[in-house]
Amino acid sequence: MSLLKISNLHAGYGQMSILKGVDMTLEEGEIGVIVGPNGAGKSTTLKAIFGMLNITEGSIEFDGEDITGIRSEELASHRIAFVPQENNVFHTLTVHENLEMGAYIRRDDFSRVMDHVYEIFPPLKEKRRQPAGELSGGQRQMVAFGRALMIEPKLILLDEPTAGLSPMFMSQIFDRVIAINKTGVTVAMVEQNAKQALAIAHKGFVLANGANSFTDTGRNLLENPEVAKSFLGG
Amino acid sequence: MNDLVFFINKGLLSGMIIGSIYAMGAIGVTMIFGILRFAHFAHGDMMTLGAFVTLIIAALLASAGVVLPFPIAFAAIIPAMAVTAVLAIGLDKVFYKPLRNAGARPVVLVMASVGVTLMLQGLIRLFAGVRARDMFIDQPKDIFQIPFPGASRAVILTEPQIVLIGFTVIAVLALHLFLTRSRLGKAMRAVSDNPELARITGINTNHVVWATWIIGGGLACAAGSLLSMDVTLKPDLSFNILLPIFAATIVGGIGQPYGAIAGGFLVGFCETLAVFNWSVLLRPIQDSLWFELPRNMALVPTEYKLMVPFLILIIVLIYRPTGIFRGRVL
Repeated sequence: MSLLKISNLHAGYGQMSILKGVDMTLEEGEIGVIVGPNGAGKSTTLKAIFGMLNITEGSIEFDGEDITGIRSEELASHRIAFVPQENNVFHTLTVHENLEMGAYIRRDDFSRVMDHVYEIFPPLKEKRRQPAGELSGGQRQMVAFGRALMIEPKLILLDEPTAGLSPMFMSQIFDRVIAINKTGVTVAMVEQNAKQALAIAHKGFVLANGANSFTDTGRNLLENPEVAKSFLGG
Repeated sequence: MNDLVFFINKGLLSGMIIGSIYAMGAIGVTMIFGILRFAHFAHGDMMTLGAFVTLIIAALLASAGVVLPFPIAFAAIIPAMAVTAVLAIGLDKVFYKPLRNAGARPVVLVMASVGVTLMLQGLIRLFAGVRARDMFIDQPKDIFQIPFPGASRAVILTEPQIVLIGFTVIAVLALHLFLTRSRLGKAMRAVSDNPELARITGINTNHVVWATWIIGGGLACAAGSLLSMDVTLKPDLSFNILLPIFAATIVGGIGQPYGAIAGGFLVGFCETLAVFNWSVLLRPIQDSLWFELPRNMALVPTEYKLMVPFLILIIVLIYRPTGIFRGRVL
C-alpha cells in the first residue's frame, strides 16, 4: 500500500482551476520531487494536499485513509507536516518557542524529539533564545524544518526549500533532506533546482499545465532526453 | 511641600489611575486586533457591560445577606469578569464568527462591532435607564489620607484606586507569564504572528479565539467596574474613553500587548499632566523666574483634554510609524 496516493486531482482557487489531473504515488520512505516550469501547479499540488484549495475532482489518500479536502488544522494529527516556501517561521517567537509550537498537538513528552532536532541543526541550539526573525535565511529554513519535524511526521511536504538561498546553503539543505529521509520520513518536495533535486529523488514528477507530463524515477528523468530538452535546459 | 503633594495627587496619581484603565482596555483591543484582525469598537461598551454585571452580582450578594469587611462590589468583580468573558465569547459567536467564516473583510467586522456598540448601549439604557449609579451599595468607599513628611496636605487615595493599581500590576504580570510560559499563550502569539502557519502547525484556532475574548472581556469588566467605582456608573461611562484607548493601542504598536500597557500609561500621564496647573509647582521658585506666573498655567485647558491622546498619537506616529513596540502596519 502506498503512503500517499493522489489520483486525477483537479483543484484551484475559487472558480479558477489550476490542477487538471495530477497523479502522484509515494511509497513509505521515498523522496518524491515535483519539478516543472513556472505556473505548472507544483506548489499548488502541495497546497491541495494541505487543504488550502478547492478540490473539484479526484482524490488524495494517505496511509489508506481518504484525506481529500481535509482542513489544514487536522493534517498535523495525521502526522503530515508542511514547510511553506515563505513565512515559514513565527518571526516574533524564539527558536525554542517555534519548535514548541511545532509540537502543539502533542500532549506527550516531546523533549527527546526536541533534542533530536537540535542535534540535526546545531546552530539552532545556540540561538534557541533568539527570535526566529533575527536569524539568517538558511537558519530560518532550519527552524522551519525543525518545527515540522516536531510531530515526528510520516510525510513532510517541502515547498521550494532552497528558494532564495546561496548555492552553499542549497547543498546543505539537500543533505538535510536526505538525512531526514534516512530516519524514515517520506518526503514530497517541490524544487526549482530540478537537476540537483532529481539526483536525490526516488521518484520524480514533471508537471506542465497542471498535469503530469513525465513520471519516473529521479535518475531516469535526468537521463530522459525529452525531459532534458523540454525543461532541464539540455 | 504642599504644592508637591498637590502635584502627586492631581498629576502622578491621577495619571496612573486613568493610565491603568486605558492600559487594561488597550490590552483587550490590541489582542483582539492581533488575533482576529479587526478594530473592536464595542470594547468601551463591553467595559460598561462588565461594570453593570458587577453591580448586579453585588446586589445579588447583598440581598442574599452576604456581609464582607470591604464593599461588596470588590468581591463581585471576580465572578463578573467570568460572566463578561462568557458574554464576550457569546457576542463573538453570534456576530463576529459568522462573518469570519464567510470570509468577510476586516472592515465588515469593524462595522459589525460598531453595530454591537449601538446595540449594547441601547440594551443597557433599556434595562438600567440613563441615570448615574453608585457602585457602593452596602458601605461607602474608604478614602485614605497618607501623611506626607513636611506637608500639611496628605496624599489622597481611595479604595477603588488602590485596588485598581494593585489589580493592574497583577494583571500585567499574569498576562506576561501567560504569554511567555503557557502553551496557549504562546499559541496566541503564534496566531498573531502568522495565522496561516499556525493553522498548518495544527494550532486550534478556536481555543486561541476563546482565550482572546476571555482576556479581553475579563480585563474590560475589571477596568469598567473599577472606573465606575472611582466615579459613578453611567451607561455612557466607557464609550467616552474608547478613543483614548484606541490612541493608546496605536501609540503602543497595534497587536502588541506590552505596547498597549506602555501606550495606556503614556496617554494617561500625558492627559493629566497636560491639564495640570503647573503654576502650583512653580510658585515656590517665583522669585528666580523672569516672568509673572499666571494663576492657571495648564498646557491644555481641561475642556480640551480629549485632544491630548491624539496629539501624542500624531507625535509618536511621525517618529515611529508603527508605534513604540513596532506593531503591525495598518
